[in-house]
Amino acid sequence: MIINTKKQISENEITDSAVFHQRRQLIKSSFLGGIAALGLLPATNSQAITRWGNVTKANVASSALTVTEEKIVNNYTNYYEFSYEKTQSTDLAQALTIDPWSVLIKGEVEKPGQLYLEDILKQFSMQEYIYRFRCVEAWSMVVPWIGFPLAELVKSVKPLSSAKFVKFTTAYRPDEMPNQKDTSMLEWPYVEGLRIDEAVHPLTLLAVGCYGDTLPKQNGAPLRLVVPWKYGFKSIKAIVEIEFLSRAPLTTWNKAAPHDYGFYANVNPSVPHPRWSQSSERVLGSSFFSPRRTTELFNGYGDDVASLYQDMDLRHFY
Amino acid sequence: MFTHLLTLRNTVITLCLLPFLSILLDIFTNNLGANAIQALHIRLGDWSLRFLWLTLTVTPIQVFTNWRGMAQYRQLIGLFAFFYASVHLLVYLLLDQALQWHNISLDILESSYIWFGIFAYCILFLLALSSPKKAKKILGKSWKKLHRWIYYAAVAVIIHYYSQLKGNLTEPFVYSVILGLLLLFRLGVWYKNKQLGRLMIPRGKK
Repeated sequence: MIINTKKQISENEITDSAVFHQRRQLIKSSFLGGIAALGLLPATNSQAITRWGNVTKANVASSALTVTEEKIVNNYTNYYEFSYEKTQSTDLAQALTIDPWSVLIKGEVEKPGQLYLEDILKQFSMQEYIYRFRCVEAWSMVVPWIGFPLAELVKSVKPLSSAKFVKFTTAYRPDEMPNQKDTSMLEWPYVEGLRIDEAVHPLTLLAVGCYGDTLPKQNGAPLRLVVPWKYGFKSIKAIVEIEFLSRAPLTTWNKAAPHDYGFYANVNPSVPHPRWSQSSERVLGSSFFSPRRTTELFNGYGDDVASLYQDMDLRHFY
Repeated sequence: MFTHLLTLRNTVITLCLLPFLSILLDIFTNNLGANAIQALHIRLGDWSLRFLWLTLTVTPIQVFTNWRGMAQYRQLIGLFAFFYASVHLLVYLLLDQALQWHNISLDILESSYIWFGIFAYCILFLLALSSPKKAKKILGKSWKKLHRWIYYAAVAVIIHYYSQLKGNLTEPFVYSVILGLLLLFRLGVWYKNKQLGRLMIPRGKK
């Protein structure tokens, strides 16, 4: 499905990082290709390194976004299973075993069962989606995700008409995810949820990579959700289970602090968090003295998603 | 030649400036991480809090150790709390908000933690303003009364800290416990003074 955006993509918005990355990939592939041609390496190796280097750009609302430096995205993650410190999860997350990996599909579906990651990678075609990612902590970044619409996976497992909500669950491995032993703040495993129409919206992704490469572990490898018009905590990482339900699931942050974090968690500058404003955001990577960005309703994806919430009081369903 | 500069006072001043220098170093070596402005902001706030707590620690230490040498440094440490709070505020206005007054007013209106920060800063400002000897003379008895507002500032600071966090509250909890002990000490002194005062009132008179 193609979503036409009114905004034009201007060529001069393509960032240094993207250019740099392409150049690196070009060098890598030509170099490895050369060696492979000499018969020194098996041909598969060059594929393994530039895993998603050649995927096409998805034709969805990416507009004129300046991609955030990769280094920033890889070292600033709220991954509380590993650490409450954003920089620390970069190292700690490397302990997570992501091979083999499978996702259990259950609940109100015709085809429940275990989906293996390698089959998911084969079955669905990956594309690049450049989305703004807005955290409830009032910062944002722009990430070129590699993934596919969740709608395709949902369709393939054939949800029953009784399936009104989708519940996602992160891996529960206290031995690898040390903070899961600490239940004083959040209950584990981490759970998130979407209404079924949100789940099958073409902007909603399951991501397996970013910046042309496999997803780093601290960013939610091997499989994470990306819902660009909602606050970042909805975009659950390291998914092991997708369950179809007739009622809304109780999600982790909503359970921990219901007044602070609602089930919907749509980006909305006119609904402040009870303790802080959501009217503006710090764009990561922006220079000193550059002003904050004015936060947009639905994170700027209103043209595509506002119709999902017609007749709903967004102040009540925050 | 410069040995006369090696006084205890100068050593204390240098020590108090070290955090600021380390922050400057991190700015120039681009070592503040992905969210540089926020990191800067948080570190300055943390140091302001620490110096405020340190200011409140001077009197209990004097009482317990009977060492009076620290008294003259209480003012100095307090002024450093004000200094770090001021830079903290400037970073918010100049760097984080880039002086966009519309955004600033919205942010202040909607973020309750900022109210407590402003309240604490106003007190610190008044205390710094009235800290010179001259001001102390002019204010006379009310000087002491005014400077007791530091307790309100400290409580506001801890609320300011707590209420902007999403979940992990370990650090502000530790600071709260320390503040609780420091305030408990004052409560103890106040109670003891009250008891002493009662003892000194002659029986027949009431």
